[in-house]
Amino acid sequence: MIIYGVALLGMCLLIGVFLGELLGQIIGVQANVGGVGISMLLLIFLSHWGPVKEKLADGAAGGVLFWNAMYIPIVVAMAAKQNVIGALSGGWLAVLAGTTAVVLSFALVPLLSQPGTQDKGTQKATPESDNP
Amino acid sequence: MIETLLAVLSKNALITAFTVVGSIIWISYWISDKFSAGRIHGSAIAITTGLVLAYFGGVHTGGSHGIADIQWLSGIGLMGGGMLRDFAIVATAFGVNLDELKHAGARGVISILLGVLVSFTAGAALAVAFGYRDAISITTIGAGAATYIVGPVTGSAIGATSDVIALSVAAGLVKSILVMTCTPLVAKFIGLNNPSSALVFGGLMGTTSGVAAGLAATDPKLVPYGAMTATFYTGVGCLLAPSVLYLAVKVIME
Repeated sequence: MIIYGVALLGMCLLIGVFLGELLGQIIGVQANVGGVGISMLLLIFLSHWGPVKEKLADGAAGGVLFWNAMYIPIVVAMAAKQNVIGALSGGWLAVLAGTTAVVLSFALVPLLSQPGTQDKGTQKATPESDNP
Repeated sequence: MIETLLAVLSKNALITAFTVVGSIIWISYWISDKFSAGRIHGSAIAITTGLVLAYFGGVHTGGSHGIADIQWLSGIGLMGGGMLRDFAIVATAFGVNLDELKHAGARGVISILLGVLVSFTAGAALAVAFGYRDAISITTIGAGAATYIVGPVTGSAIGATSDVIALSVAAGLVKSILVMTCTPLVAKFIGLNNPSSALVFGGLMGTTSGVAAGLAATDPKLVPYGAMTATFYTGVGCLLAPSVLYLAVKVIME
């Protein structure tokens, strides 16, 4: 049943975001701390757990894979609703601050990444995951 | 007749959004195939198209939600909003390699802390260069360079003026849009081609929307690793900026 997969996904998101909110309150910030990250971990662990694994193999995985495949379209919609004008209206300080932060962060990626793991595994994106 | 059509589109806003986005992606993949022989990824073209449309939507309506402010396209707002975005991001975790995650875990944590620190410092330094001298404004603008959520959260916590808060949001938006568009272009040069570097990348960049779109346009397989660390960044930023970092700026400026 496909709905089992969708419900599993929904449950993971709700629990994760709830825990993220609680975490934010505990450390006293007005933000969700890692809610989506916690949801992802939850999904990874649950999908390896016996009873859930059984249901997933029995068709429920389709409900998760559908949303997995909808990811890029959703990101395109997200791009189309960005406040691009707002970004440009901040003037040079906003543009330079944003740009400098991005350039420096890009430069740090190779320094922090593990040497020797390059080109391993994920390099070859499978065609089906590339399709929208 | 046009009015009837627009009424139908508005009434079925989410379905309209699916159809419109599907068409954008179809055209983008066709362009990618025909004119770049697949070198520029179809999703990179689609995301850039989305941003361009958002710009014209903003010009046309004067609103802040890009093309979603046009009434019959309001479904784009729901489809691209936080709820479905997070839902789909969690779905990408399905099939993640747990060993890769454990392997790069410590680096992920370091990358988040370093990412907040580097972006904050860059924003704060530029604020000083542009003539700001009060610790509150400098901190708020630095926080905005982290993400467009850290900026206003920090600004309102330490009492920044609304124009400085708006500036910090703008800085965060610039960052997010640059990460969306530039990641596929620089991926090769920064070794962004494996789960470990994606994890570090997400932690350093921190903007969930930027990382989500940037990695999608680079290699969809990397998305869950980058998204995982990026979702912790804003929380860490909101924790550090109005406290430790604000105090540090205060000490330096006085």
